[in-house]
Amino acid sequence: MNWAGLYTVLSGVNRHSTAIGRIWLSVIFIFRIMVLVVAAESVWGDEKSAFTCNTQQPGCNSVCYDHFFPISHIRLWALQLILVTTPALLVAMHVAYQQHQEKKLLVLTGHADAKHMEEVKKHKMRIAGSLWWTYVCSVVFRLLFEAVFMYIFYMLYPGYQMMRLVKCEAYPCPNTVDCFISRPTEKTIFTVFMLVTSSICIVLNMAELVYLVVRACARRSRHNSNPSSGKGSFYGHKHSSEYKQNEINQLLTEQDGSLKDMLRRNSGLQEKGDRCSAC
Amino acid sequence: MDWGALHTILGGVNKHSTSIGKIWLTVLFIFRIMILVVAAERVWGDEQQDFVCNTLQPGCRNVCYDHFFPISHIRLWALQLIFVSTPALLVAMHVAYRRHEKKRQFRKGDQKCEYKDIEEIRRQRFRIEGSLWWTYTSSIFFRLIFEAVFMYAFYFMYDGFRMPRLMKCNAWPCPNTVDCFVSRPTEKTVFTIFMIAVSSICILLNVAELCYLLTKFFLRRSKKAGNSKQQPNHENKEETKQNEMNELISDSCQNTVIGFTS
Repeated sequence: MNWAGLYTVLSGVNRHSTAIGRIWLSVIFIFRIMVLVVAAESVWGDEKSAFTCNTQQPGCNSVCYDHFFPISHIRLWALQLILVTTPALLVAMHVAYQQHQEKKLLVLTGHADAKHMEEVKKHKMRIAGSLWWTYVCSVVFRLLFEAVFMYIFYMLYPGYQMMRLVKCEAYPCPNTVDCFISRPTEKTIFTVFMLVTSSICIVLNMAELVYLVVRACARRSRHNSNPSSGKGSFYGHKHSSEYKQNEINQLLTEQDGSLKDMLRRNSGLQEKGDRCSAC
Repeated sequence: MDWGALHTILGGVNKHSTSIGKIWLTVLFIFRIMILVVAAERVWGDEQQDFVCNTLQPGCRNVCYDHFFPISHIRLWALQLIFVSTPALLVAMHVAYRRHEKKRQFRKGDQKCEYKDIEEIRRQRFRIEGSLWWTYTSSIFFRLIFEAVFMYAFYFMYDGFRMPRLMKCNAWPCPNTVDCFVSRPTEKTVFTIFMIAVSSICILLNVAELCYLLTKFFLRRSKKAGNSKQQPNHENKEETKQNEMNELISDSCQNTVIGFTS
């Protein structure tokens, strides 16, 4: 299980994301994970072996290295990328649950043939209702993890710049010794690069959050301004159990018998008014 | 045979797990195996080369390293992950046995067999009840035991979960008590704590799954006891079916049903 395995797991989630979500996933895989694996790991590869202190005292090297680098940049970035990409699995689990419910419904209404089952697997879920909340939570968690790791980076390595020379006086170093870091400029460049891509990902996440909220509000205000004839507001409507039962009965007794066709036709009625579907 | 192959083998078992089991498997692969492969192995990569003792005595460094690290963290974690993921194969074997029986029935042309073809038998997902329930519960029980045993082994071998910077060693042939310095102790402590935390989360998930299975078992038993007392009533069955359908439509199809006008 490595980065390629993670890519396989997450590319399935991609289908149910918004357009901004897909851009975000591409940025993560190409500009962060790929750069980490292909370039950054070789820059930090000799970070300990080439960390040299101006002393022959055994152990001084190790102790000074540990004092200045409690946790290496590479490991922090790997942890950050793993934690930032995994909230998308919440959405995948919710989608799988909804698909399971739809399959159960098809079985109960007697439409459980292979064609309809395949359609359930292939059709794209709309980000509405409880799936909207799950999706928004996953975006919020992503933002939180990104922010936390950027803060940790700032705390551990103030200024994000890698110094060429550090002065160390931890035991067993006999006095204040000069220690030299390997490839400081290259490390600074990559640190700044990863920081910039992290900020771009934060901006994309915030844009996605705003987009989802705006879409939900627009959908709600459209429903409020188009009530059904003579039956009051949509919400009064939606919550009356009689109306719900009528809706269900109508769905079930529809003559051509295909549940999916029924549902697709109904969503056709819905989508005429809903132009904001950038998914 | 590597972690990827284990992932392939266990991915098949996933189909017959409960939802908690699926979450457990995801946590195992992403937060433990992947972290081990991608990060932890690098941190422990130079553990022996960079283990430095303040002496020129040949052999002292080797002996001290062996004294303080009888088995490396990385190898312990690898063993733990293998032991913890393999009880799921018990379930896979049981499912394969059941499928084999059903295929045998189908080939004999048994009229009780309700499948249309062999493909359907292969694809079918078995419910966790009867003897499969016992197999599944035993596998979770074994997982819990292995997790607990390894966590105890870690704690016992390394006196807590913290990696000290300096260790004092006086094993032969070291001439006296020498200072030995461990490489990257802070980073190792961070990863040890992380792996322990995820291991605890996995233990909690396993306990939750066990409770869920037990609850389902007792509910099913009490429902059977309740039903055997009533007269079989055809109208009741139709009503419950209709109720279930109504619930499913109103819960999960709101994405597409919203906005329907008569």
